[in-house]
Amino acid sequence: MALALHIALGHLRRRKRQTVVSVLGVALGVGFFIAIAALMRGFQTYFVQQVIDVAPHVVMKDEFRSPDRQPVELAFADGAVSVRGVKPRDTVRGIREAGAKLAAIEAMPGLAVAPMLRGPALLRYGARDTPVSIGGIDPERERRVTNIEKDMTEGRLEDLRSTANGVIVGIGVAQRLGAKVGDTVTAVSPAGITQSFRIVGIIATGVTAIDASEAYVLLRLAQVLLDRPNVVNAIRIRLEDVREAEPLARRLENVFRYRTESWEESNQNILGLFVIQNAIMYSVVGAILLVAAFGIYNIISTVVHEKARDIAILKSLGFRAADIQRIFLLEGAIVGIAGAFAGWAVGLGLIELLGQVRFEQMGPVIQGRDRFLLAREWWPYLAGGGFALAAASAAALIPARRASRLNPVEIVRGAA
Amino acid sequence: MSVLLRAEGVSRVLPGPQPVTLVRDIDFSLAPGEFVAVTGPSGSGKSSLLYLLGLLDRPTVGRVSIEGRDTAGMSDNELAATRLARLGFVFQFHFLLPEFTTLDNLLIPMRRLGRWDEAEREHRARALLASLGMAEAAEKLPEQLSGGMRQRAAIARALANDPALLLADEPTGNLDTRNARIVFDIFERLVAEQGRSVVVVTHDQEQAARAPRQVRLVDGQIVHDSGRD
Repeated sequence: MALALHIALGHLRRRKRQTVVSVLGVALGVGFFIAIAALMRGFQTYFVQQVIDVAPHVVMKDEFRSPDRQPVELAFADGAVSVRGVKPRDTVRGIREAGAKLAAIEAMPGLAVAPMLRGPALLRYGARDTPVSIGGIDPERERRVTNIEKDMTEGRLEDLRSTANGVIVGIGVAQRLGAKVGDTVTAVSPAGITQSFRIVGIIATGVTAIDASEAYVLLRLAQVLLDRPNVVNAIRIRLEDVREAEPLARRLENVFRYRTESWEESNQNILGLFVIQNAIMYSVVGAILLVAAFGIYNIISTVVHEKARDIAILKSLGFRAADIQRIFLLEGAIVGIAGAFAGWAVGLGLIELLGQVRFEQMGPVIQGRDRFLLAREWWPYLAGGGFALAAASAAALIPARRASRLNPVEIVRGAA
Repeated sequence: MSVLLRAEGVSRVLPGPQPVTLVRDIDFSLAPGEFVAVTGPSGSGKSSLLYLLGLLDRPTVGRVSIEGRDTAGMSDNELAATRLARLGFVFQFHFLLPEFTTLDNLLIPMRRLGRWDEAEREHRARALLASLGMAEAAEKLPEQLSGGMRQRAAIARALANDPALLLADEPTGNLDTRNARIVFDIFERLVAEQGRSVVVVTHDQEQAARAPRQVRLVDGQIVHDSGRD
């Protein structure tokens, strides 16, 4: 092995320029892979983090996944039954016995839970008005389930309780109304109830759609405003371990029958997009490495061709076919390993460079959004390096086998 | 008389649409310490015979045995191992590995054999080069040597593993008269002082005459063998 390595290194040293170009080819492939992986994963991780942070991990809603089955359908489960003109029962929507469910869920370990009644309303301030989604919350529980407290730029969550008829509005809502903390706005609900609220806080989540449409009041006040006494239409859960969200959602839905969504289900479209995004990234980077592998194939083929005489003499000296093959396989592996190491350096450098880039940001700058979000993980280094070594060895295999099969007699005869 | 190498009824035919017979019905045996010159017109099969005797090629018919062992049953790897330990080759072209110094070129077959440790190997290689008047060439690359020096380095490499038999295929073909004489001087010394066997293929009658035993090949057949009783 040491001897084969000695000879392989001798060959590569003699052809410095070609060796360097081959190594660079591999290095660029590995480096770009690492940098792009950091970029993509950074963005995706940030995005998922945002999604997880902003919203509760599991939400139970006051609706069912499938409409209730009619008695005739239950009676003739296998029959060709078709029921038409079914009139839905006119019931008060909402999660029934929410208090008991809340207590049952709260008894589970590793989670926090909060009730909510959400409904539409119109906020009016002077001559201006804007539609909002009013969320009735329990501040003590809410702060354990969402980031609402962190997102508040003015006021405190407790002020909802300490101020009579307090409301917290999104920064976009406040801007549209032209209202500030301390101003009194009027809320009108579809139920026809009008009520005055004093703005006690402003929230800015960074998500324009939320900031421009949400308002929070005490649960009790929302129930009055929306004319739905004692009703809760969402139970929201935050978990210590977000990976538990999906199994918990399925368990709760099985028990309580209400549609229960985990954050994964709610954001399926985005998570699905990430899968496609990753597929694109890996194919592009794979293509780069494939090109690099062809480069390696090329150099080792050339070496084998040029070294036919040396191969012949090594064989006549008593080297076996396997010894010869090992020499050229090693050459490929050396290029692969050198390329992987150089690629790590390229990747590190690229990540540092990308980390320096700053974007001009429009509007209010949210923390961490004026630059690339980079995930500094170790696995792309391992994966890129491993793939480079595998590609280089595979590329070297064909010429190495050809070299091992060369017949020394033919070459010696031809060279004389 | 002990026998180092023996060929019995050996023929070598290159297959193809029109098979070419390289050598036919060769009977030849070589004793330790013999110096044989193989001569003949070009195309008479001298080199082909040498490759057969050197276990680089396998006969189509007949058998070749070395030190009493039949080579027909040996695998390619066993043949390679035999070449490595017992045979040395010199060709018309030196075939030194251009990336490595003269010393390294000698050390490569020694490392492959692994009979001695590295210090011993280097000591032997340097002694071998010195004995051929090449001590100062050890650290040089082949391209830095003259033609005669390269061929002597190639001989040194052929002797690196202390072979019983040295096979030379037109070793002086690329050399001037003076260097050709030096090469044959070396062969004579190998035989006289170290008891090795040497088989040299040459078309140079004058040099061939220095060998005690002459074999002449015409059209792939031995037409004259001065050593045959």
